[in-house]
This record gives sequence, structure tokens and C-alpha cells, in this order.
Amino acid sequence: MAGCPDIRRYPGFAAMAALCLTILYVPLAVVIAYSFNASTSLTNWGGVSLRWYADLFTGVEAPRFRAAAWNSITIATLAATASTIIAAAAAVAMVRGGRFRGKGATFALINLPLMVPEIVTAVATLIFFSTIGLMTGYLTILIAHITFCIPFAYLPIAARLEGIEETFEQAARDLYATRAQAFRLILLPLMTPGIISGFLLAFIISLDDFIITNFVKGAGMETLPTAIFGSVKQGIKPNILALSTVMLTVSILFVTLSYFVNRLGQRSRA
Amino acid sequence: MQNILTSVALLALTAGMASAEGKLSIYNWFEYIPQEMLDKFAAEYDVEVTMDTFDSNEAMLAALKAGKMGQYDVAVPTDYMVAIMAGEGLLDTFSHDEIPNFANIDPKWIDVPFDPGRRHSIPYQWGTTSFSVNRDVYTGDIDTLAILFNPPPELSGKINVLDSQGEVLALASLYLGIPQCSQDREQLKALNAMLLDAKQHWASFGSDTAKDVLVSGDAAAGMIFNGFSAKARAEGANVEYAYPREGFVAWMDNAVLLKDAPNRANALNFMNFLLQPENAAALTNYAAYTSAVIGVEPFLDDAIKNSPENNPPASAPQGTFVGVCDQATQELYDAIWTNLKK
Amino acid sequence: MAGRAASGAAGTGYRGLTGPLLLPAWAMIGIFLLLPVLLMTVYSFLTREFRGGVDWTFSLAAYDRFLLSRGLFGDEPPVPEWTYITIFWRSIWQAGLATLICLIVGFPTAWFIATRPLHSRALWLFMITVPYWVNLLIRTVSLRFLLRDQGPLNDLLIGTGLLDSPLRIINTNLAVQLGLFYSYLPFMVLPIYAAVERYNFALSEAAADLYASRWTTLREIVLPVVRPGIIAGCILVFVPSLGAFLAPDLLGGAKTYMIGSLIEEQFKGSQGNWPFGAAVSVILMTLVLIVLMVYTRARGRAEVR
Repeated sequence: MAGCPDIRRYPGFAAMAALCLTILYVPLAVVIAYSFNASTSLTNWGGVSLRWYADLFTGVEAPRFRAAAWNSITIATLAATASTIIAAAAAVAMVRGGRFRGKGATFALINLPLMVPEIVTAVATLIFFSTIGLMTGYLTILIAHITFCIPFAYLPIAARLEGIEETFEQAARDLYATRAQAFRLILLPLMTPGIISGFLLAFIISLDDFIITNFVKGAGMETLPTAIFGSVKQGIKPNILALSTVMLTVSILFVTLSYFVNRLGQRSRA
Repeated sequence: MQNILTSVALLALTAGMASAEGKLSIYNWFEYIPQEMLDKFAAEYDVEVTMDTFDSNEAMLAALKAGKMGQYDVAVPTDYMVAIMAGEGLLDTFSHDEIPNFANIDPKWIDVPFDPGRRHSIPYQWGTTSFSVNRDVYTGDIDTLAILFNPPPELSGKINVLDSQGEVLALASLYLGIPQCSQDREQLKALNAMLLDAKQHWASFGSDTAKDVLVSGDAAAGMIFNGFSAKARAEGANVEYAYPREGFVAWMDNAVLLKDAPNRANALNFMNFLLQPENAAALTNYAAYTSAVIGVEPFLDDAIKNSPENNPPASAPQGTFVGVCDQATQELYDAIWTNLKK
Repeated sequence: MAGRAASGAAGTGYRGLTGPLLLPAWAMIGIFLLLPVLLMTVYSFLTREFRGGVDWTFSLAAYDRFLLSRGLFGDEPPVPEWTYITIFWRSIWQAGLATLICLIVGFPTAWFIATRPLHSRALWLFMITVPYWVNLLIRTVSLRFLLRDQGPLNDLLIGTGLLDSPLRIINTNLAVQLGLFYSYLPFMVLPIYAAVERYNFALSEAAADLYASRWTTLREIVLPVVRPGIIAGCILVFVPSLGAFLAPDLLGGAKTYMIGSLIEEQFKGSQGNWPFGAAVSVILMTLVLIVLMVYTRARGRAEVR
């Protein structure tokens, strides 16, 4: 295969990939560049300044953004944790449980949040919570987030699980390991990369969600996206760009870290 | 770590006990009151003030109806929403002697259509909605709503309109000289036809972006609030805010006393506090709209006091509030709006 | 295969546990999504309460409004209502074109990444997903900034002499499609990447040995094999595009309703017609389910082949 690299290469594909990255990154470059704009305007350049970063932490909107960031991060952490546990259990049952009645329906149910357009989920959830009279904000957002994060956590975990041969666990069981031991000592460590990427995916999805959160949040509850949206209503100011840049930096650090931890893990196992 | 946490918790508890004779819970627009004012009120009356914010009247109404009644003392709805909330029984009444500073209200803002005689509300800030024109692009007369609905060729295709049904339809009605909440078929048909025809001249509908499109030059004219237009001018856009002769929309945000307010006395204290001229001026200096309190002038920043956006020319007519129609009439207006955006 | 079946019979001990393991997922999605969707369907058949909410009496008014027009004043004989069908058609058209652009850019990109050396693939995937850590609203706003008449893109095109006057992109359908494309591009790249990565390049070699050109190989061999990935990508782009309202609002100028903004208006806007909003949602969901059923059919057939 190595002797014939030709079959893998198509003229123009590399250019397309380069174009793809350019398209993805140019708007980000704009966000980052204009977060250092000294002017209040989003469109006129007024020199380099860190004032919007200072504004982010000390300005009038600082308490609001701080509260929103705290809500966003705790909700994303809780929702990603809960949905990852639920999804991991479901994935073990779906991949290791053999055939059972209703498997197809279960698969459809787990993936339902992906199939229903977000606006419809938002509307349905709003109607549901308002009918049962539960409009507490934090709890309703958390429940909604756990629900729609399940398939995002499920897909990487199930994909990983499908690639793990059953022979390891069978060998362990043959050696009189209990089911719990076989799970804890064999399957769980092997599943871990899938669980990590499932958790990360769920975390991002929860952190970025606007539509559903906006419908179910009720009064006095903000997450970062809804706070950003709310302040945009008063005209877009560069402090939002500074906030985005900070979030971007944090998330790049976060993902880079998990990337290296992952590689380290692989190397030590190898 | 555990120790630190415990002591922090203890501190918070004792702090909670020490302060707060009482509490006050406000539901306000986002970025509509400076924190110093809340702190000042908290210190003066020894109450603990908490504030939640909303970004549209409809969102506030929905939140209150969905079970937030009884949690807030004061809310800040816009004119038409005061009428709607009163109609839904969400507002408590007060007598004027419960608010000593009530006498500070400019008399012309007492008998307002959305709360005749001011039984539920006091003025918070008011402003107007018409449009601004970029004077680099068009130098002609902008004293007419025709700029929006039948624009000169220089502006055609370069107009941004607020994505707000109430305000667009109110301005369109003023342009045609028909009353709001009309049930007259010919008038409504004319309104519908005029809007469909005007739409060809419009580049976009946008409320949040109304200022930015003027500053960036994406739009050469745009429907906008007066304070927002002042901000566009401050950011370097050569825009002039118009007070058209056919009329324009006036709006007023009001502090209302909510039904089942847990701290009614503090709520009335706060409303009284808002009507103190120096406090009303602080609010105006922050939000850059106009106060309805007599005697604020000495406390106002010059830039706000003298801004052309806040000072209509003597020849300008009175502003018109957006009307509150009954369900059957409102459905006709909804249909016209949907027609416009299909 | 036989070995696996046999070992499956020996089992890893999760057989009897499927019920308890699946229960949390069933419960969460069943109670907090399936049940709400059913309730929403019920709502679409109720009577509207003015300014939000419903009155619990049966009514077909919402569907009647969607399908039949009785004139502005509601007293003319009913004729088919085109308003909402037009809105749906426009949304489908926009979402479809956005999906197509995503495919044209996403497939070569996914192919390119999947043919990189193993260790750099993760980095490439990482680079594709990083922009999605910035809030969608902010990304859309910055795209708007780029595409403006006096924006950097037009400055560049005019500065290099490619154009004399600015390209009008903002507030056009093209801008909406670009915005949707930009919003959902990774959803196209990732599934196609997964499919191409599993593709056995020996197939291409065999085709090359038989003197098939590269493009013939791509069309005849590669595309059919990676088709499930392409279809999955198309669905993951198409479905959210259909209900999107940020891109149409900010880039398209919001001059016309899209399905998403039409629904939002009924709940968050001034019109406050919950049953109608629920009915539009039900119709949108039915549409998506039909697309998905066609997909599963097609996929089932492909697998049989």
C-alpha cells in the first residue's frame, strides 16, 4: 500500500482542506483581533487595548457574566457527567447485551435528541415543564441538558465498545473473575478513551447550547450563551469578543490537555 | 480546605443576619441601572437588594406567568406591557400618598394611556422610536416617515427596520394616518399593501443590530431608538435622528408594583427613591434616555442634556404609544406582520 | 463470525442486565423528550390563549391556519394557504443548499484528513472542532462582519483588483447558506472522516491495477463504500439547518421567516400563539422523520447489497 500513495491523493483535495480550515478560522481571527480593539464599536478600529478584558472582570456586566459562567460550567459538568454515565450503561447493554426485544426501538430512542430539531426539543420541553409547573431554572436546564447530551456521549462510547473484543473479558471470567471485576479491571479501562471523548462532546454541547436553554431557563437564570445573547440585545460590544476569546483559550487548553493525557495513557499502556 | 469553606459559609451566614432589615427583589432590563444606585438604596434603607434581568417584555411576562409571581417586588415593563400586565391581574395598586416623591413626576406623564392616573406604575425612563439617516448618503429632508416607507432612491435598498411588530406597525399606521388597533377593513388593507410595497426598499430587519448597521455603513438609514442613535453618533457615524412630522413612537419603561410582592413596603420605598431627582438623573446618565422627573436637569451630564436625540425640535408632534389591541384585532395585525415576513 | 456467535453465547455476562442498564436512558429520554413531544402534539390541537398559554379545549385552528387561508379578515371562502408552505419550502431549500456546500468542501477535507499519517489525524480533527468552542452567535456575528459591503473580504477583493465594486453578500440567501454551512461544517466532516478511515484502500489499488482512473475509482468504488458516512453527515447538517434561525436573522437580514424563527415567534415573540407554534413544530418534526425513514430504508438496502 505504501508503494502506491497515488490512490490516496486526489488533486485539489488538499486545497479544499486548506480552504475548509481558512473558512473556519478567519472569523475566529476577527473575534480575537477585535477583542483587543480600544473602540466601543465593533466595526471601527480604535487601536490596541486590553480594556475589554478588564471590563470583563471589573465592568458593570462582570457580576452577570461571572454568575453565568458559573452556571454554565456547573451545568455542563453535571450534565456531561450524568449523561456520560447513562450513555455508558446504555452502550454496554446495547453492544454487549446480545439481541433483545426492542433493541431497534431503544437505539432510535437514544438517538432521538439528535433526530428532533433543536427548536422542536426546546418547544416541547418548555410546554412539558410549564404544564407540570416546574420552572425552577437551574434544575429544568440541567434536566434538559442531560437529556439531549445522552446521544452525544453515547456515540463515541458505543463506537469504542464495538472495537473491543469480548475475548478479554471472557478470559477474565474463565479465570473466575466476577462480572463486576471483569468490568472494573478489563472493560472500563478499555472503554475509557470513548468515555472521555463522550464526556467532552457532551460538555461542549451543553456549554454552547442556546436555543433549548433560552426556552426553559425562566427568570433570573443565565448561562453564558443566554447572557451573551442578552447583552447583544443592547448592541454588540467588544467585551463579548473578549469573553469569547477567553472561552476559546480555556477550551483549547482543556482539549489540548486531554489530548496529551490521552496520548500519555496510550503510550504507557503500549 | 474544609476549614476555609466552613468559615466562608459562616461568614456568609452572619453577614446575611447582620445586614438586611428587609429585602427587595427587582426584575429589570439588562444593563438598565447602575450598580452604585442599587448599593445606595441598600445602604439608605438597610435592605438587601437582588436583581434579575430580562431582555424582552414578552420574556418577562412569560417568566412571571410561569410561576415567578410572588418572587419579585418591582418589575420594569414598557408602556404597552404595563397595560397587558394590569389586564392579566399581575399588578398591585398603590395610592399616591404611599410614594411621597410622586409629586416629582412631570404631570404630563401621570395620565398615560397604559396606566391612567398611575395606579400601578411610576415612570422609569422614556424615549422615542423613529429613524436615523446617514447624512453622508442623503442630505435631503428627513422630516417624514416616507424615508422609511417610500424612500428616495439614494436610500432605497439600504434601510434597516426594527424586527419588532408593534413598533413597525405603529409607525406605518402613523405614516398612513390611521389609528392603531383599527378594525376598519379599508384601513387595514391599505396598511397591508403599503408595507408589502415598502419592503422592497428594505435591506434587513434587525433590532439588536440596529446601531451596528448604521455605524458600519451597512445601512444608510434605519429605524432606531433615540438613545441607540446617539450611541451610533458617538461611535462616529454621521447620523441624524429624525422627529418626523407624521408622528413617531414614544415608549416609556415604568417601575411597577407586582401583585403578591413579598416586600411591598420596600418596593414603594424603591419607587420613591427612583423619583428623587438626583437618582432619576443618575439613571438617565447611565441609560442615556430621558427622565420623567421634574428637577433632574442640574444633575444631568451635558452630553445627555444637550443631545439632539433627546431634545425634539419645537415643531415635532407628540410621540404616540404603541396601542394594546383586543385579541380579535391583534390577530389581524399579526396576520399583516406574517404577510410581510412570509 | 461463527466464533463470535459462539463466544456471544458464552457471553460476557451483560445479558440479564440489559434492562437495568438501559433504564436510565429510557427514563430520561422517555420522560423528558418523548413525553414532551407527545404533549406538544396534544397542544397543537388545543385552543389558543391570548398572549401565550393554552385553553384545554380541542381545536383544529392551528392546522387550519397552517393549511387554509380565509383572507385577511377570515371571512372569505377557504383557499389553500401558501404562506407557511412557502416558509417551509424556503427553509428546506436553504438547508439543502447549505448541506450541498458542506458536502463539496467537507468530503475532500475528510478524505485528506483520513489519508494523513495516523499521529497527525487527531491534530487535524482537533483543528476542525476548535472553532466550535466559540459560541455560535459570536461566530455568526463575526462572519457577518467579514462579509459586509465594506468588510475585509470585499476590501481584499477590491484591493487586489479582482472586483471594482463590493460583492453584495450580506442580507442575501447566499449569506444564509454560507452561514449555515459555516455553522455545521464539522458535522459533515466528522462522519465522512470516520467512514473514509475505515475504507480499505486495497480496493482502490485493485481498481488502479485494472487501469481505472482515480476519478472513476472515486465514483465507482469509494463513494458507494463511504456512502453511509456521507448520508449521516448530510443528515447532521440538514436537520439542524432546517430549524436554524441565527444565520437567517443575522446574515439574511430576517426579511422573511424561516421555520425556526416562525416557531420562536409563537413562543417568545409578541404573537404568542402556542398551539400554532406547536403545530408548526409537529409538522417540522414529521418532515424530519420522513427524511430519516427514507435514509434508514436506503441504508438498509445498501447493507443488503
